[in-house]
Amino acid sequence: MSAELANQFLKNDEGKMQQQVLPFALIRGEAIIEKPQDLFIPPDALEVILESFEGPLDLLLYLIKRQKFDIVDLPIAPITTQYMSYVELMKGGKLELAAEYLVMAAILAEIKSRLLLPKQQVEEEDSDPRAELVRRLQEYEVIKKAAQDLDDLPRMERDISAAQAKFSESFSYKIREADVDLADLVGALQAVLKRTKAFEHHHITREGLSTRQRMSEILATLQQVENQNFTAFESLFELSEGRDGVVVSFLAILELLKENLIECQQAEELGQIHLRLYRGSISD
Amino acid sequence: MISDKHLAQLIEAAIFSSSTPLSIKKLKEKLLAQYLVPSIKIKQTLASIQTDYQNRGVNLVEVASGYQFQIKAEHNDDIALLSEEKPQKYSRALLETMALIAYKQPITRGEIEDVRGVAVSSHIIKTLVERQWVKVVGHKEVPGRPSMYATTKEFLDYFSLKSLEQLPELMPIAKSAITDSTMQDIMSKSTQVSQSIETETKQ
Repeated sequence: MSAELANQFLKNDEGKMQQQVLPFALIRGEAIIEKPQDLFIPPDALEVILESFEGPLDLLLYLIKRQKFDIVDLPIAPITTQYMSYVELMKGGKLELAAEYLVMAAILAEIKSRLLLPKQQVEEEDSDPRAELVRRLQEYEVIKKAAQDLDDLPRMERDISAAQAKFSESFSYKIREADVDLADLVGALQAVLKRTKAFEHHHITREGLSTRQRMSEILATLQQVENQNFTAFESLFELSEGRDGVVVSFLAILELLKENLIECQQAEELGQIHLRLYRGSISD
Repeated sequence: MISDKHLAQLIEAAIFSSSTPLSIKKLKEKLLAQYLVPSIKIKQTLASIQTDYQNRGVNLVEVASGYQFQIKAEHNDDIALLSEEKPQKYSRALLETMALIAYKQPITRGEIEDVRGVAVSSHIIKTLVERQWVKVVGHKEVPGRPSMYATTKEFLDYFSLKSLEQLPELMPIAKSAITDSTMQDIMSKSTQVSQSIETETKQ
């Protein structure tokens, strides 16, 4: 579609170029009467052309495919004038786009000028700019085709529809309660307390332990766990803090559970109790 | 223990109820946590549901992020008549950008621009990120540390693919319109430079 559109504009303007009717060259034995008309794009058609082509590579690819264009036969002067008039036009608008077309014009001009110069005996260090241009054109063509293939793939909304059942209005997803009994928690606490006895000493710390602060600490600890995996209940207690410290930690855990900030799980009866950050209900 | 029938019904209902595809892992850990059903059993059940649905208007299909029910492909055109909205069309610029990310990921914006020969508009990248088809997977260790983009499972889901390998194969360079022979052609013409010069002078 885009090519046809461009074509129309290209053809419309053929009249302007008709002064070159005389056979002006013999290339490989063939008389060349007409120069390729394609490359001249009337400035008025600019906006349409720019919308039809995805940039200078796309335009060049189109011209080459129609075999109306050969890098060797490129008339530099008209092309340059033409590109310059685009840039003038685009000063108010898409200057970025103009720059891209301008770079392509410069590359083409460079190639052309190299071809016209006598061949130098000394091997040049830089690679042939045509090879680079051909590589880029090929690379672009592959992606252009891939984009078309992608567009042809069946896709959601257009070719695939997902089937979904509706719930009755009274339905709501269940918020999963902590799977752990209070008794189990208390049991776990007792086990920890028992172990603190070994660490107990009789220095009385004047510093009050804040439950709020402990809550933040526990949250921070759980956040550090990778992939938000479960952390063992016991590991959240700092035994060296003694009985008070353990109680404060336990209160903090209960508080966090109550506020749904963490969740608690026990894999089997009498098994390890694990904690992690709350991750929401089944409906997420 | 859960009976096969109960299991099949639960899974069927869960997938139907979900707005996104459901993975075996999610079925196992959320829906069936209390029944301790092994993954292999869930997989078998899904296969049997697939068989059950073979001759229905709806099929159970596996996509990248799990299982989902889809309208049977051959009925889509008719079902589409019910829809008020036209499916969205995507611009060539967006499709080319998406193709580059899909086939050449991880890729930076600069690398996309190199191939396409034009600047990639921020709007396109924003659209792709918002639709969750692409995401930033890291930063290239070059000056400016540009973001590297890659496709997501949602991208595969959208095209009903299980993995990137299912994307259409890239066109081989040999099939390019600008083949080596064209290149050879161009080269051979450079020997006819003198003629070209004649051309120029006659103008």
